[in-house]
Amino acid sequence: MATANWRSRMVRAIACGSIALALPWVSAAQPPGAAAERSEAQALREELDRLRREFESVRDAYGTRLTALEAKLSALEPGPPGAAQPPPALPAEAAVPAGASGAGGPAGQLPVYGGTTALSKIFNPDIAVIGNFLGAVGENDVNPAPVFDMNEVEATFQAVVDPYARADFFLAFSPEGVEIEEGYLTFLSLPGGLLAKVGKFKQQFGKVNTLHPHQLSWVDSPIVIGNLLGGEEGLNDAGVSVSRLILNPWMFLEATGEVYRGSSGLFESHDRGDVSWLGRLRGYRDLTESTNVDFGTSLVWGRNDVGPDFATRVVGFDATLRYRPLRRAIYRRFMARSELFWSRREQEEGAVSAFGMYASSDYQFARRWFAGVRYDWSERAHDASLVDKGPSVLLTFWPSEFSQIRGQYRRVRYAEGVTANEALFQFLFSIGAHGAHIF
Amino acid sequence: MTSRFQMLAGSIALAGALALSTASPAARATLNVVATTEDMASIVREIGGDRVSVEPIARGYQDPHFVEPKPSYIIRMHNADLLVVVGRELEAAWLPPLITQSRNGKIRPGSPGYLDASLDAVITDIPTGQITRAMGDVHPQGNPHYWLSPSNGRRIAKSIQNKLTELGSADAAYFETRYADFDRRLSEGEKRWKNAMASYKGLKIVTYHRSWTNFANEFGLDVVGYVEPKPGIPPSPAHTLMLIQEMKRLAIRIILVEPYFDLKTPNAIARDTGATVIVMPPSVGGVREVRNYVELFDYNVNLLVSAIKKTGAR
Repeated sequence: MATANWRSRMVRAIACGSIALALPWVSAAQPPGAAAERSEAQALREELDRLRREFESVRDAYGTRLTALEAKLSALEPGPPGAAQPPPALPAEAAVPAGASGAGGPAGQLPVYGGTTALSKIFNPDIAVIGNFLGAVGENDVNPAPVFDMNEVEATFQAVVDPYARADFFLAFSPEGVEIEEGYLTFLSLPGGLLAKVGKFKQQFGKVNTLHPHQLSWVDSPIVIGNLLGGEEGLNDAGVSVSRLILNPWMFLEATGEVYRGSSGLFESHDRGDVSWLGRLRGYRDLTESTNVDFGTSLVWGRNDVGPDFATRVVGFDATLRYRPLRRAIYRRFMARSELFWSRREQEEGAVSAFGMYASSDYQFARRWFAGVRYDWSERAHDASLVDKGPSVLLTFWPSEFSQIRGQYRRVRYAEGVTANEALFQFLFSIGAHGAHIF
Repeated sequence: MTSRFQMLAGSIALAGALALSTASPAARATLNVVATTEDMASIVREIGGDRVSVEPIARGYQDPHFVEPKPSYIIRMHNADLLVVVGRELEAAWLPPLITQSRNGKIRPGSPGYLDASLDAVITDIPTGQITRAMGDVHPQGNPHYWLSPSNGRRIAKSIQNKLTELGSADAAYFETRYADFDRRLSEGEKRWKNAMASYKGLKIVTYHRSWTNFANEFGLDVVGYVEPKPGIPPSPAHTLMLIQEMKRLAIRIILVEPYFDLKTPNAIARDTGATVIVMPPSVGGVREVRNYVELFDYNVNLLVSAIKKTGAR
């Protein structure tokens, strides 16, 4: 603000100086006592115009030089990030419109709202919008997807709430409507090395279940998620999550405990006390600086849709091997991952135990190219004799970190006895400041 | 194979020893420092001496923009008293979730144990006007490779000295002495490097990424083009052709490439223009010979001067 004032004062001083210099010259140039000849008036006017132009060019030149000097000054001055930006050009306050302070109107100055550089905007959350456009061709009689589908638009809002917590919101806009995909508060300063979340979020069950669609290496989600975790969206519910590091000399170990309302695709709460429970233990270890293993086991339990006396329990095991050479980290990486699920669902006619799994690998073979394969095999939760299975191959192109184009060939042999051969396409694109993902 | 096994066993034993040493209170309180890069770690070591134990996250031969936020870093950060970051959004893609998951309130932004080393440094390339991602991976807060000028190294060292003094005031005099010593060696180095580069003022070069602005400003080099068409965007045929023409026109003999970029395009450009590709480490640890901040400039200036002499670049 001070620099802006100083600058306008300088410009004004230069202006006054130039006019003061110009005036005596103009008056001296007037022929004394002579009849005002038209040509002379014309000449004077031209002279004045020339002077005005000169003055304007001088003013502009000084203006630019002053701006450059200010930029240099602010670059030299130590200060917080962003201090180097020029101060807001808008006045912090505007004059009260005439009469406003009269009958009950506000007295004094009114704040200016909507200024593009208003300081309040600094506290706006990081906002990003991620589009997920899908296409499908080929045959599928069991689970057909539309030929084109603006499947989901995800809007994310992330910011620190106060010194004690941060908040993350992920709103999903789809043809079915708007859904709170996730919305939670994370407490950052709990004693005992605890990290707690409250809100609605993806449950920490295995790997794929915790990821958003745009984080997957595939167009679709593995069949086992739909068959044994209650739908393609997976486990996602309102509740409380607490996790803690278990420090030891050998590896990274994290234990998580969660309790939920008990109404996701998999569970149904018949009574306020019908909550669902989840426990997870995750280990991680660096084998070399480029290679690491990540493994975990999860258990989830809750009442199901059959009735208040019927429960579903799913046990999962996941393992991931990653390779990414540090010197060539932007060109090469490999990841192999598998998840196994055992479901036990109580029904009228007795408990059904079903198993499902997927195994996949992804290989980055050039800076922008990835190839992948996946194999799915899964029984269905309500009838273990029904098995869906099949392979997929994938090719992904990354124009940049902010967009991906993906093609997937998928062949699924459904339990109904039909085989679906499909080519799936995906365009993923992201704008705004999307927060970094958890490893 | 056995040596690798021995190394693994050794590192396990070391990790065990470290875990044990952190579990039992040390005889004298040392500050646990985590630095996001080896450059920051080196300067912390210069100032902190034996009163600190410091561990870097990104390796010197690794692209610091693209670091995987591995859980093993969470453990390092869990016990840290101080986190030193390069800042200017260099670590924006990977550091924030690590800080949250470290469950360590001491090192969160805004806490005393969080030091953004860029705050007192001279920052170049701060974009003005409208910024969009059409400009590539543009850093709205300026060029984050600012440590590549010795004068900024001195400013970083001063910030670190102030921070260490704030956190471990009992050792204030010690940090002061260490800073003075570092400052002296850096000043001697600056004279040496500037002397070596004096006769090449205004030398035009091409670099792969926009990492060398501060370095070039300090030593009078003129970076006239980049192998990347835009920051973070891989080389494109059209841009490469244009660059080749420009390099021929200006008779440019030197292409600087950071160790983590592919040499295919730079080599092709070099074949076409008669220039030489130099893989120059922008960070401590980028090559084996560069073990600390002063050696980074010794190595790079030597490398550059011998390349200039060999190619007869003007």
